[in-house]
Amino acid sequence: MTAATVSPRTRGGAGGPGDGGRAAARPRRSRRRMLATSFTYAVLVVLAILYVYPFLIQVATSFKTDADAAQNAISLLPQTWSTAAYERLFLRSDFPLWFRNSVVVTVVVTVGRVFINSLAGYALARLRFRGRALVFAGLVAVMAVPNVVLLIPKFLVIKQVGIYNSFAGLIIPLLADAAGIFIMKNFFESIPRSVEEAARMDGAGTFRVFWSVVLPMARPALVTIVILSFQGSWNELSHFIVASQDPQLVTLTKGVAQLASGQLSQGTQYPLKLAAAAIMTIPVAVLFFVFQKRIMNQSAGAVKE
Amino acid sequence: MTAVPATAQPRRRERRGPGSARGREAASGWLFLAPMLVILGLFLVVPVLMALWVSLSDWTGRGSPLSSDVGFVGLDNYESLLLGGGLATQDFGTAMRNNAYYVLLVVPLQTALSLFLATMVNRAALRGKGFFRTAFYFPSVTSSVAITVLWLFLFSASGTINAVLAKLSITGPNWFNDPQGVLHLLLGTVGVDAAPAFLAQHGFLGIPLWEWAAGPSVAMTAFVLLAIFTTSGTFMLLFLAALQAVSHEVEEAATMDGANARQRFFRVTLPMLRPTVFTVVTLGLIGTWQVFDQIYTGTQGGPAKTTLTPAYLSYTAAFQNNQWGRGAAIAFVLFAIIVLLTVLQRVVLRERDVPRRKRFHRDPPAPLAAVAGAVGTTGGPGAGATTSTTTGSDR
Repeated sequence: MTAATVSPRTRGGAGGPGDGGRAAARPRRSRRRMLATSFTYAVLVVLAILYVYPFLIQVATSFKTDADAAQNAISLLPQTWSTAAYERLFLRSDFPLWFRNSVVVTVVVTVGRVFINSLAGYALARLRFRGRALVFAGLVAVMAVPNVVLLIPKFLVIKQVGIYNSFAGLIIPLLADAAGIFIMKNFFESIPRSVEEAARMDGAGTFRVFWSVVLPMARPALVTIVILSFQGSWNELSHFIVASQDPQLVTLTKGVAQLASGQLSQGTQYPLKLAAAAIMTIPVAVLFFVFQKRIMNQSAGAVKE
Repeated sequence: MTAVPATAQPRRRERRGPGSARGREAASGWLFLAPMLVILGLFLVVPVLMALWVSLSDWTGRGSPLSSDVGFVGLDNYESLLLGGGLATQDFGTAMRNNAYYVLLVVPLQTALSLFLATMVNRAALRGKGFFRTAFYFPSVTSSVAITVLWLFLFSASGTINAVLAKLSITGPNWFNDPQGVLHLLLGTVGVDAAPAFLAQHGFLGIPLWEWAAGPSVAMTAFVLLAIFTTSGTFMLLFLAALQAVSHEVEEAATMDGANARQRFFRVTLPMLRPTVFTVVTLGLIGTWQVFDQIYTGTQGGPAKTTLTPAYLSYTAAFQNNQWGRGAAIAFVLFAIIVLLTVLQRVVLRERDVPRRKRFHRDPPAPLAAVAGAVGTTGGPGAGATTSTTTGSDR
């Protein structure tokens, strides 16, 4: 694939031995190509600045004083460096509590989803039983229901079941993840059956085959699930809004959203808010840079590696 | 189900029963599915049914909605929302207008921009590919709350955007506090300040047509930019994957036939990307009708309700004003709109499919057309995934 991508383009450069016939046309052509290339770079660089600059501003402003932030909104260097925003967040606010809550919810949801999705995905991909097609059709239907439509309904059930204002209420509903089940199912279907049949010949039961033979092979897909679940539950907002109103159970997204809408503070306080936003971005940013290759290839079918 | 081979039927019948291998497999199948079924059932299926009941009731949020005190009011909630003409209808109409403009702007712009980014990044000779890809994708991984907070600062009265505009001697608006409609402002520049009688007298969903014609407010355009900024990276990846699947021999062949870069893009590459374009538009439509996080974090519907969206309105109606029936009804209307638009788009897609391909075969540059027609049917990664899942279910 990569070889095919590169070879046609290299022709434009030095010119291979077979190119002799077109030698006359080359100078004009290569100049045009160079112009085109520089134009591409210029456009890309401008766009990249537009995409990256806001985040640099975010970090820079979080180290500014309130007045400095308002007066020099473009500058990437604070006039006087101030860590007041961070001090306030960590020493005189509930921010550490929000952070802890987000970590707890994210970790439990991610582990739970890995387990539930792989079990369900395996059953849908491999085990033959009556009603499987029906379950699958139901899953597709359920996936079509938009998240926002479920705000009120979820609250009703959470209350009815008696897990309102508890970690259970924050976590359990998020374990439902139809998309993840699809990813696992597709992956399991790509594993040759012969692998399992060999294990079965040796007398291993269904769960044993799943747990010690198939699941270890599914690492690429499991990593995908981990990335998606981590990112999804760390960034989740609406569910946390409806699932509790206990100040002890506020997560980062909910806390920072309320901070931003001024429910917890007066004045603009942009350095404080941007510091909070910057910190809550760090975990997903780290995840992103660690698994960058996989994330970038996800849509290209990393699942089937 | 119908695709199950005939031989499978008798075999299944003969070996069924709790002790047989087949029976054990079925038992473990259901056991494996159990956690998923319980959670999806309890937090997706039951809630929808319960909310459907609430949308037909006069529940005020006290006690259980299933208790006997709660009355059945039929379609009253829907009626007051869609036909009542009162404040409920006006708010809903306003929210629909706001969101409609949001969708109209965001979906085409994010699709075009992400396609543009993908084709730029996909240039084979490009150095620093990884850097550019990362830069464009990064906004997509961050949380909507964090990005909105950043946006509130960038677009504040003395924020970065206005500071940049000031350098160009333009006085920027007070973005998130400016309720003026963009179309009204444009009309104002050509001297149309007041509503023509027809537009003032006639209305839809409780608000006059003149208000429908206001366009997105200045505040809403800031949200439009936010949406494009955060989603273009995700969709760029979809397009990149599809572009990499486009065979380079095809493009080479087109070049040999004398097609220039423009023709290559519009006649060869773009037709082959059509499945992905439709995936992106569908995902865009579904996503943009559900704006909630940004409004909750940023403006809470203000200024002058011009950033109110149906999703946010549904939330405030229920959780802040205790009009649970109305809130649930809004959610279901929103659901219906999303389903309707998705279906509509599929129909449009299907109808456009046939004549388009025919036209390609009739077009003069025959080699190009043949190539596009042949490869156009293979489909992008999204299409591939769907077909594989559907065939898999029958096995």
